[in-house]
Formats: sequence, structure tokens, C-alpha cells
Amino acid sequence: MPKTGVLIETENGAVKNINYGLITAALGNRENEVVAFVTQDCAAKAAEELSAYGASRVVRLGVAGGDINSSPDLCAKALAAAIEEFDLKYMAGLATAPGRDVFGRLCAILDAPYVSDIQSIDYGAGTAVKSHFSGKTMATVKLEGSVVLFTLRPNAVDPVENRVDSETAEFTADISEGGKVTVKEIKASQQGRMELTEAPVIITGGRPIGAPENYKMLEECAEVIGAAVGASRASVDAGFAPHSMQVGQTGKTVSPNLYIACGVSGAVQHFAGMKTSKVIVAINNDKDAPIFEKCDYGIVGDMFEVVPVLTEVLREFKDK
Amino acid sequence: MQVYVCVKHVPDTAANIKIKGENDYDTTGLKFVVNPYDEYGLEEAVRLVEKAGKGEVVIVTVGPAQAATTMRSALAMGATRGILVKTDDKFLDSRTASKALKAAIENDGAPDMIFTGKTSVDTEGSQVPYRVAKAFDFPVANEISALEVKNETATAEREIGGGAREVLEMSTPCVIGATKGLNEPRYPKFPDIMKAKKKEIKEFEPGDLGVDIPASNKGPLKLEPVPERSGAKMMQGNVRESVEELVQTLKDNKIL
Repeated sequence: MPKTGVLIETENGAVKNINYGLITAALGNRENEVVAFVTQDCAAKAAEELSAYGASRVVRLGVAGGDINSSPDLCAKALAAAIEEFDLKYMAGLATAPGRDVFGRLCAILDAPYVSDIQSIDYGAGTAVKSHFSGKTMATVKLEGSVVLFTLRPNAVDPVENRVDSETAEFTADISEGGKVTVKEIKASQQGRMELTEAPVIITGGRPIGAPENYKMLEECAEVIGAAVGASRASVDAGFAPHSMQVGQTGKTVSPNLYIACGVSGAVQHFAGMKTSKVIVAINNDKDAPIFEKCDYGIVGDMFEVVPVLTEVLREFKDK
Repeated sequence: MQVYVCVKHVPDTAANIKIKGENDYDTTGLKFVVNPYDEYGLEEAVRLVEKAGKGEVVIVTVGPAQAATTMRSALAMGATRGILVKTDDKFLDSRTASKALKAAIENDGAPDMIFTGKTSVDTEGSQVPYRVAKAFDFPVANEISALEVKNETATAEREIGGGAREVLEMSTPCVIGATKGLNEPRYPKFPDIMKAKKKEIKEFEPGDLGVDIPASNKGPLKLEPVPERSGAKMMQGNVRESVEELVQTLKDNKIL
């Protein structure tokens, strides 16, 4: 059985939810054995959680010379060593900021082909599907190389439970020198916001939001349903929201279950970043806004009137 | 200071992509531009050289002959000169592109810094900065939105999710993959555009630089439009009614 290695993302020693869909993708049609790698001291706990989706081995990954988390170079080198040690046919990660960074380094170390940010993978056909032209088209690409490297877009594959027995292990790669790049500091977000690309639901405010403080209205609604808050490019360029909140081309590409666009007209560049969302809802006071032609459900109305009611109704439904 | 900027010639982000056949797209009438992320790298490079008071910013592009036009707009933004490695391959793979970029830079001079964009908006490979860095054995940081270069040390910041930021430190020369937030790229003025027309663009065939473009390099197997939705189901009634209908519909479809 071919083996797929998976780099798991943890936060404060806990497995992030977005990893489960990655395990499902790594397993394929249960045609692969999944070996999961964690870089924090949480292998036992991770094994408990990841085995529910099909990871049969969870390995604490480290380097001989020091702290694996001190440099993305070390994590990439350790993964390269793990590919050999565990005889992996595939090595997968999440297309998040840390995942993209480690896999970029890894493909360079191995001088191997790498497909980033895929939507799906077909092991039998040896192909993957990924976005080209910033979400305007989907490309089916051939998987090449003796080891296949890929990162999966968060939320692109729904997690499927598939409990297996799992064991834990440790692998310390024989790497003594430090990385060329060192992590000096992590600056925490002031607002402690949920990352857009990882959120199952996103509520976005366009330029009519008018002022940074008005995003509070969207945050209140988001809190009720565990959503993240996004912004359109026009709103970011007007200074109403930071770039880290921007959805669309030159911002973030997201695939949540539910995307609620408030006061967003529906420019090509915005759609490029969110059209793979499962359901798109638009709230706009202009009944002729182009977004209504390209979304699933629409409400014509001023977002300043609609959103507070939406928050209220969601709360009532939740309490029921 | 010798700074190189890798610039890709890509379809304008506002343009629609017309798919041609199974796995190709129509470039007839399609406007091409400097890859938007590369502009942030270019602006940073120009500022670094301006600050140093000496040196040059060299644009390096791997692309078709028509890419020279795109390079002119990069030159108008303040680059000194350009190098074009010619290939008509629309879907040149990132490995080969990185090898060509490395060969072109190495053939030209000794870089103090290399800039790229964090990804290209056409094929979205997100790996060229890493591969170029590895080829030179330089440190690399990608998706950089703040940078300081002082005494042969580069300090770079990148967003790592939810607004949190990672600060990376490395020695120079290094490779920096730029993203939005790093700076506000300048808008070239008319005299800059005129001046750019006279700037040098050296052209090379890949073979001149010892780069081999594999014949197997055919791009994607299939290119498809992302299915468009056919129009929204509009919720009816007053605000309260339409919101209730929406929430109920989302519940019924197990979206909430």
C-alpha cells in the first residue's frame, strides 16, 4: 500500500480542524496508508484525533541539532528525511501560510515537482485539480516525480470519518546545522481573529461598510455562527480593513461552506477569490448588482438593516 | 547594489480567460501585464537601490517575445535594464522556469538581493522563489509584506493567519517573495515611460544559457471554467421575512 505523509498543523498542542479533510484526501479511496507528522509535543493526543479519520501512524518530527520550529528550513529538511525514512510515495500539507512555506522549501530541497493549493486528487489517474488564473479556471494537472508533493486548499475536501488503529512514533532527522532563515518573533493578531482561509463560514463587507468600526456589526453576526470576517478589495483600499482580511485576487482565496457577501458588487477579481465556496449569499441594496447573477441566495436590502436582523434570527435559530 | 527582480508576463487579472481546446487558452486580444505580486518586489528593489545611492535593478523574465512589452512597463517603474529568456511555452513548469531565471541572473552578475512575487496569478505555482533561492544556496522568505535590509541582514514579516505575523531573519544575499502590503508600487509618469523605451533588454534563447526545456512540458491535461451559478434565488418579503426564509433555507440544506 503506498504511503502518504501528511504535515499536520497544530495550534497550542491541538490539531486544527482543517487537518481532517487533509487526512481524507491523503487516504484517497482508502488506497493509501497515512503517516501524519507533528512538530509539537502532542503526538499522543493528535493520534487519538487523527485516527478517527484514518491516520494509522502519528510521528513526532524533530531535528537532532535543535528546535524544528526555529526555522521553516529545518521543518522542510526533516520532511525530506522522513520521506526516505518512511518510504513515502506522497507528501501532503495544507495550503496555509505555514504549509505553503514549508512545501516551497521542500520541493526546492528535493528538486521535485510540487502542486500547490489543490482542490482534489485522483491517485488512480495520477492527477490533481487546482486553480489557474486566480480562480477563473480549474486545471487538471499530472502528478509527477518519484515522490509527489502537494498542498491542499483548506476546506476543499470534506472530512470523512474512518476510524483506524493508530500508533505513535518519534523521528529525529539527523540535521545538526540551523536553518538559513530564523523565526525571530511571532506577533499575535491584536484582534485574535479567525483565519479567513480556514473558516467554515465567512461574512464579508464591501466598500459601503464606510468605516473600520462598522465591521463590528459583521463581527457580531460572525460570532453567532463561528464565522470569520472578510473584506473586499475596495474596502481594504479605502482603509476600512487590513489586507489580511481581503478576499479575492491579490487577497485570499477561500472555499468555505457558506460565504455571505454584504455590500459587495461582484467584481471578477472578488469572485476569483470565493467562487469555490459551497453556498454564496449576497446582501446588496442594488437589485441589479452583478453579484445576484452569480450567487445562490440573495436579499435586496441595506446591509445596515439586514445584518442586525440576520444576527438576531441566527441567534434565535441557534437557541431553538 | 545589484538587485534582480523576476517578473512574469501574465494575463491581466481583470481579463476573462477564453479556454481553447482541451488545455489551452486564447491570447488573441488578451492584455498581458506584470504579475501583480512582482510589482511589489520591483518597487522594493527600486527603493533599496535608491536608498543605497548606487547600483542597478535588473528585470529577469522567462516568457515569449511579446513579454518585452510587459518588461517595458517594469522598466518604467524604475528598473535599470532587462533580461528576457525566450520561450513560447505558456505553461512552463516552475522547475524549468527557476533554472532559467537562475542561469540568466548568474550569467549577468552577482546578486545582492533577488525579488520575486509570492506567486504568479496565472499558473499559481507558489514555488519559484524557493527554487531560485535553493539554486543559489541563498536564504528565502516568501509572502513578505514588510522588509528591512541593514548590514547584510534582512528582517522580513509575513502574515501567518488571522492577522498574526511571523518575523524572519536571514543574511543577504537572499530571495524575497513579495506580496501586497510591502509597499505601494509607483505609477509610472510619462517621462518614465519614454525613458523606459530606450532601456536595454537583452534577449537569450534558453539554450544560450544552458537551460533545457523538456519536450514533455505540456502544461495541464485539462483546463475548465469554474462553473458559474445561474442566478440567485431571491428571498422575498420585508427584511425580517427575507432573513428568516434565508436562514430556514440554509438550515434545510444543512449549510448551517
